[in-house]
Amino acid sequence: MEGLLGLFLRAVFIENLALAFFLGMCTFLAVSKKVETAIGLGLAVVVVQAITVPANAVIYQFMLRPGALDWAGLPDVDLSFLGLITYIGVIAAMVQILEMTLDRFFPALYSALGIFLPLITVNCAILGGSLFMVERNYDLAQSVTYGLGSGVGWALAIIALAGIREKLKYSDVPAGLQGLGITFITTGLMAMAFMAFSGIQL
Amino acid sequence: MAGLRKFLDRVEPMFSPGGRFAKLGALYEMIDTFLYTPKDVTRSAPHVRDAIDLKRVMTYVVIAVLPCALFGMYNIGLQANLAMAEMGLTAAEGWRGSVIAALGIGYDPTSIMACFWHGFLYFLPVYIVTLAAGGFWEVVFAIVRNHEVNEGFLVTSMLYTLILPPTIPLWQVALGISFAVVIGKEVFGGTGKNFLNPALTGRAFLYFAYPAQNSGNDVWVTVDGFSGATPLALAPVGGVEAIEAAGYTLYDVFMGFLPGTIGAESTFACLIGAAFLLYTRVASWRIMLGVLLGLLGTVWLFNGLAGPDSNPYMHLPVTWHLVAGGFAFGLVFMATDPVSASMTATGKLVYGALIGVLTALIRVINPAFPEGIMLAILLANVFAPLIDYFVVQANVRRRMRKYV
Repeated sequence: MEGLLGLFLRAVFIENLALAFFLGMCTFLAVSKKVETAIGLGLAVVVVQAITVPANAVIYQFMLRPGALDWAGLPDVDLSFLGLITYIGVIAAMVQILEMTLDRFFPALYSALGIFLPLITVNCAILGGSLFMVERNYDLAQSVTYGLGSGVGWALAIIALAGIREKLKYSDVPAGLQGLGITFITTGLMAMAFMAFSGIQL
Repeated sequence: MAGLRKFLDRVEPMFSPGGRFAKLGALYEMIDTFLYTPKDVTRSAPHVRDAIDLKRVMTYVVIAVLPCALFGMYNIGLQANLAMAEMGLTAAEGWRGSVIAALGIGYDPTSIMACFWHGFLYFLPVYIVTLAAGGFWEVVFAIVRNHEVNEGFLVTSMLYTLILPPTIPLWQVALGISFAVVIGKEVFGGTGKNFLNPALTGRAFLYFAYPAQNSGNDVWVTVDGFSGATPLALAPVGGVEAIEAAGYTLYDVFMGFLPGTIGAESTFACLIGAAFLLYTRVASWRIMLGVLLGLLGTVWLFNGLAGPDSNPYMHLPVTWHLVAGGFAFGLVFMATDPVSASMTATGKLVYGALIGVLTALIRVINPAFPEGIMLAILLANVFAPLIDYFVVQANVRRRMRKYV
């Protein structure tokens, strides 16, 4: 249990997908103008991440891993070359379901997220989460924890960025840096502040 | 003095719009308002009559930090002289040795003047380089972007100097303050528009970019080859026992008689500054209280949780946490920076508490940074606007329920 808590905290703070690995930058920079939208997108990422990482973990452990098909009487088959396309397929299906759910029950959030909801499909943070899971060979409990943690970390980062950008509305940024330019600089400075966690051994 | 005023008035048209040096108007404005009270007054409503303005707030902070600076100069001289006595050296190397020899003040660790001037010779170059490099960028941006040079830089430069190690190479000083002023502040539009504390931004930049010259045990005493571990670096090794075995008493650490940064070590000097800032209401007591409570709570939690075989740092009592390292300096001068802190009253308490909690967390569980408060404040700066957002939203909801 303590190991899982450590894994969760590491995924949220130390190995923050947005600010330590710089994954999912396109949505991170584009949908962080308003805190409200950022919270919505952050929640969507947490949900998608918490579903897809364990789902992909199960698929990897029982179908793709070298020797995973032992239960079907095929111990020598190695399907890991199908990994990328399988993970993306699972992610796309999950996002589709999430999109329909939001459209039906939370139309305001659905329209606020707009094009970026389908874009979660190709959000590198989501795929990155699944690939880290494979690389580190997490079991089911670990992958649930990691999926949740990495999603929460990403959400925390984008919500904090949105808060800062709402404040920066009152700043006086040079013309050439307005918009994305200053957001990149802000993200860099945030990442520097997040380095406070680097080096923690859990 | 009247002649100077006349001269400034005579050259003013040259710097006004349409004049020959109109582009340098910001420079003229800086010198003029630095020397004299500005003659510009607000002509249209709304009017607020108040004795306090940005210039006075910034000047007050500089005054409040002076005890730390003066004590810091004495202390780095004292540490250097003690180290020299221990190593049997009789003269400092380089130009400082020549200056001290010329002045004939010697290296006696028991003499306050000898220590002060020795330390002053370390403080001065760092401060001059900070003012020159940072001031250069301030003026460049003021001219290009046509805004005024702001007094905020006086505070930033002073605080930045005081949190550097005394042995730092001068080119790093210039690099750090350039990063702080340009990336930390001016790209956002200048004083009041940034979201991170500029002095801490510069310091953290140096910390991560050049760890060898900015952290560890060898950088805190100016004598070559002398290694002095700070109490906080000893705490993870063996807790209070290790600190006391190294010869530090609680009183020494409280007063600041220990190897450390140029001017951020003395809790006593910081308390003088804190009293002044609180009396003049320049600094927010809510933030200070929040930081204090956050640290107390977290340290007590750690002390309660600590088992016999856990990290000795977890056993470190709260008194040591309070007096050691830059905690007091960060609490009084860095956390209360009104620009990068939360703005709402409740938000300030939460923001302060976040700093306190993070300081204890980073100190205790992160072996890479035994210090802690500097990075804790930067991290809290990142979340400060968000805290404000939620406080405002809660307020909106509460009033909606009440009146709608």
